[in-house]
Amino acid sequence: MLMDFDYFRELFFSGLTRGAIYALIALGYTMVYGIIGLINFAHGEIYMIGAFTAFIAATIFSILGFPALAIIILAGVCAVIWSASYGYTIEKIAYKPLRHAPRLSPLISAIGMSIFLQNYVLLAQTSDFLPFPALIPDFDFMEPYAHIVGSTDVVILATTTVIMIILTFIIKYTKVGKAMRATAQDRTMATLVGINVNRIISATFIIGSSLAAVGGLLIASHIGQINFYIGFIAGIKAFTAAVLGGIGSIPGAVLGSVILGLTESFATGYVSSDYEDVFAFSLLVLILIFKPSGILGKADNQKV
Amino acid sequence: MLRLENVSSGYGNILALKGISLDINAGEIITLIGANGAGKSTTLMTISGVVKTRTGKIFFKDREIQKAEPDDIVKSGLCQVPEGRHIFPMLTVQENLDMGAFLRNDKAEIKKDLDYVYSLFPILAQRRNQDGGTLSGGEQQMLALSRALMARPEVLLLDEPSMGLAPLIIKQIFEIIKQINKDNNTTIFLVEQNANQALQIADRAYVIENGKITLSGQASDLLTNEEVQKAYLGI
Repeated sequence: MLMDFDYFRELFFSGLTRGAIYALIALGYTMVYGIIGLINFAHGEIYMIGAFTAFIAATIFSILGFPALAIIILAGVCAVIWSASYGYTIEKIAYKPLRHAPRLSPLISAIGMSIFLQNYVLLAQTSDFLPFPALIPDFDFMEPYAHIVGSTDVVILATTTVIMIILTFIIKYTKVGKAMRATAQDRTMATLVGINVNRIISATFIIGSSLAAVGGLLIASHIGQINFYIGFIAGIKAFTAAVLGGIGSIPGAVLGSVILGLTESFATGYVSSDYEDVFAFSLLVLILIFKPSGILGKADNQKV
Repeated sequence: MLRLENVSSGYGNILALKGISLDINAGEIITLIGANGAGKSTTLMTISGVVKTRTGKIFFKDREIQKAEPDDIVKSGLCQVPEGRHIFPMLTVQENLDMGAFLRNDKAEIKKDLDYVYSLFPILAQRRNQDGGTLSGGEQQMLALSRALMARPEVLLLDEPSMGLAPLIIKQIFEIIKQINKDNNTTIFLVEQNANQALQIADRAYVIENGKITLSGQASDLLTNEEVQKAYLGI
């Protein structure tokens, strides 16, 4: 009995960890959708580029003999800066010129960007899986709980929680956060109060890409290998999570991610690991049938 | 203060303004009246830089602004309350007002203006933590006006502030518009279908038809003008 409960707890924590990573990526989808109504299909690639940047940076810094903690922080900083500049640039060249085009055009542009970036990394790096160094050390104080939850999981959960708190603070209380919400709710009016909408859109891409880069670093050191294709499946999963929670809603993206992570973890543990994706996407289909706006998606309550 | 010279603008293939000229002096209340689709809202959107001019020039404080970005125009002191109020529905009343002061950094002065708008509309102070979308139509109009005042505009463009409101509220809103003009010497450019109310508070007026100015003069003269009475006042 105790054994079973331990197994349950193990699955629970691994689901939570998955959910945390999905959330870091899903937030980028949901924030961009909230502001410009576009599903940024290249977002998974930003995450992949974050993982690659972290890999290269970590390799360099470990050759230079930096201590473990410094390596992970510096690799994180490099990944964030590099991914954020990719996110910013993608918006400027692939989406901004299509701002007033029919909705389908930027969507196709996004898919094109995604394919381009995958193949670019494939050519510039390699098609093989690269072993990613375990950047997060095993903590001694975690020893008694090692059969339930690993040190990496704890670091991922803690980092994600801190990031969520910071993000919530930015969105809720800072000027740029309020301007983001205002732009998402009524772009014309945002222009009329003097908000530079282009700058807000850029800020959204930068924040979303930074979160994805952190996700890339954490998951790569958790799983231990990366290749050019990891962004695709992670992107689709995170997109599922964002839709599940209600696309456009920030708490929704986090909730959807946790639910998706737990569902996958329990399905893998109690049913079969072959069906992991089947459960994830069945959940998406069910949500789309019964509550298309997602769990926390709100109906528009604007008065005319 | 604000001068339009032979301005045309429009959307796609449609030319909504066909060369209009207006002249608004500091401290005046000017109204632009006209029927649905005459080009009233387009005039305001063109002044605000949201719709770009095709020809003509717009001068604000002797500076050409027809090529300026909307945020620059707001920054220079020209602020619009658009038709339909456009409250940010999921920002609180207070946050909506914060957005009005988006381009300002003078905290103490912002606080002063906040107290001023809350004194104009005490109901908004009561509802400061409520979402904008939950307010009644009249309260939303008050909030829209207040939000624009938070930018401390020299010229305030108002698009149909009376639309969809009860007569009693309309009266109150027009009283406040007059008071804003008097308190701060804010120049007001008022676009209205409710010509009667608008002409009563305005100094001068313009009549727009099919994207062209067809008549202009003292508001009191227009109130007694036979054509205006027939077309816009229902007399």
